[in-house]
Amino acid sequence: MSATIAPGQNVPAPVGDETRAFTGGAPRAARGGASHRRRIVSVVLSIVAVILFVIFVFPVYWMINTSFQPTGDIISSNPHFWPDNFTLRNYQRVLFEPGRTPFFPALGNSLMVTLLTVAIALLFSFLAAVAVTRFRFKSRRWFIITILVIQMIPGEATIVSVFRVIDGWHLLNTIIGLTIVYVAGVLPFTIWTLRGFVNGVPVDLEEAAMIDGCSRAGAFWRVTFPLLAPGLVATGVFGFIQAWNEFLMALVLNARPEMMTLPVWLRTFLVANGTTNWGGVMAGSTLMAIPVIIFFLIVQGRMTSGLVSGAVKG
Amino acid sequence: MTTVDSGRETAPSAFDGERLVAPEPRTPKRPKFSRRAGGFTPYALLIPASALLLVIVGWPLLQLIITSFQQFGREQVFGKPPAWVWFDNYVGVLTDPAFYAVLLRTVVFAAFCVVITMVLGTLVALMMNRLNKFFRLFLSIGLLLAWAMPALTATIVWGWMFDTSYGVVNAVLTNVFGLDFARHQWLIDPLSFFFVAGIIIVWGAVPFVAFTIYAGLTQVPDEVLEAAQLDGAGSFARFRLIVFPYLKPIFLITTILQVIWDMKVFTQIFALQDIGGVREKTNTLGVYIYQVSIAGGNFGVGGAIAVIFTLILMTISLYYVRQVVKEEEL
Repeated sequence: MSATIAPGQNVPAPVGDETRAFTGGAPRAARGGASHRRRIVSVVLSIVAVILFVIFVFPVYWMINTSFQPTGDIISSNPHFWPDNFTLRNYQRVLFEPGRTPFFPALGNSLMVTLLTVAIALLFSFLAAVAVTRFRFKSRRWFIITILVIQMIPGEATIVSVFRVIDGWHLLNTIIGLTIVYVAGVLPFTIWTLRGFVNGVPVDLEEAAMIDGCSRAGAFWRVTFPLLAPGLVATGVFGFIQAWNEFLMALVLNARPEMMTLPVWLRTFLVANGTTNWGGVMAGSTLMAIPVIIFFLIVQGRMTSGLVSGAVKG
Repeated sequence: MTTVDSGRETAPSAFDGERLVAPEPRTPKRPKFSRRAGGFTPYALLIPASALLLVIVGWPLLQLIITSFQQFGREQVFGKPPAWVWFDNYVGVLTDPAFYAVLLRTVVFAAFCVVITMVLGTLVALMMNRLNKFFRLFLSIGLLLAWAMPALTATIVWGWMFDTSYGVVNAVLTNVFGLDFARHQWLIDPLSFFFVAGIIIVWGAVPFVAFTIYAGLTQVPDEVLEAAQLDGAGSFARFRLIVFPYLKPIFLITTILQVIWDMKVFTQIFALQDIGGVREKTNTLGVYIYQVSIAGGNFGVGGAIAVIFTLILMTISLYYVRQVVKEEEL
């Protein structure tokens, strides 16, 4: 594939090679050269894209690859780049071997906490986002600044006090307790992102509906809310990742084996035996990563527009 | 605080000096109609979020500050009343060379990660903007996979790849490149520990930056870029004079988020230490606070460190907060 490009050939910078293509009065030869160069650039870019793809995917591949290999192949001085001796033994051990913290309760806990967190965080942050974008009220400015500032507080700092609050409510080792903490954790970011979305929907649309006889709330529900769907998805994805991947709070608040979430479950695995069973750890890691990856691939298109509209006014 | 339109007249263009994009036309009359004060409604809408934040963020923060002025150990957690020592914890922390070592390590490490992440993320975004549909989708999927990997999983996998005896990195460096990396211990030496940690963090963060900036790039108006091209602006000039100013808010927010996230980094360092690092030599502030308070039981001292750390983060992001307050006509 790379044969078309001689080494050391002077390849123009990736951006802006079509500069000359726009100069209408250029001689034909020059234009031909430009389009030739453009083709080379596009080939080079494609090759770089493939290389980048490999770099980004390799660890994921290596995790899955290792998880399907028998221990003998994993612990050998020559790594196997393909599971020649394909086996499901690692998965079998991780999922069903007695004596370990069981996988399925952890999966259930993670799913429950994550879905609840997303649902509640979306509801709360949606209400807050509407409040700060559609109304001018006293202390509105302070609310937004506080939202920004809260994100600077490191979680490790307040974890002991959070522990005591949750303990005081007798919510240690419960789904509800962890969910409450996660919702509070993602709220600043979700409010901020949704705020961008609500801002992005022109108020004129609502005004038009109001002139046509809608009430203010009615106009909002019928006109603005449907336009916020991508924003809600993007924000929801953020909450999902945060809650699914969170490690420290779950480690401290839900330490009981049957109440662990997947990250905590995975860690007990890593340190439980002195000599790490890499096949098992990789199988566990795969099981934990796959749901997020699938979820991501489904919603991917919706996410980025959301992240941007948080930063740039629509 | 009811400054309805404060700063609206002076609303600056986002770009100092070069005004390439006209500021949006403002219609100062509109707020009267649509953005009413709303009576009690906005407060009602804010109740759920505020109440939760108050209890789970505000109250613990207050307790943290109080604790940082107290002699607070394990007995106090179980009910023994703590003694007030006022600034002793702070004095102790600020005169401890270990604290400065951790602080310096955190700042330098975060700075490296942020710069590399931003540069790589921007380059990948510019590249995605130029790729044809097929390769763009291809690359997007690769980026998404890296992005979706949970931090803990990613750390464990990378740790396995850098494993001393059976890691693929050592094997490839030795067998393919003929270098002497057989049984090389990556995590023992602090410098190479942070090299590995940096790879994990940058690998996980580049997709976010790349996607965000790419999404921004698609919003840069083509006409302006074409006009600049006709005026003879080269690619770098166009990036510097048009793309960058236009996307400045995006660069600002992603950079600040990276700074905050990389300064606060916990999972990657903590798990990598589990796999084989020397804790004392590789602690960053987040992990250090955990070590001192939760593992060490010195909640007073840990609290003081946490308060100092939070103040540092706030100072860093002050510029960003001010910028937002100024530009977004809050």
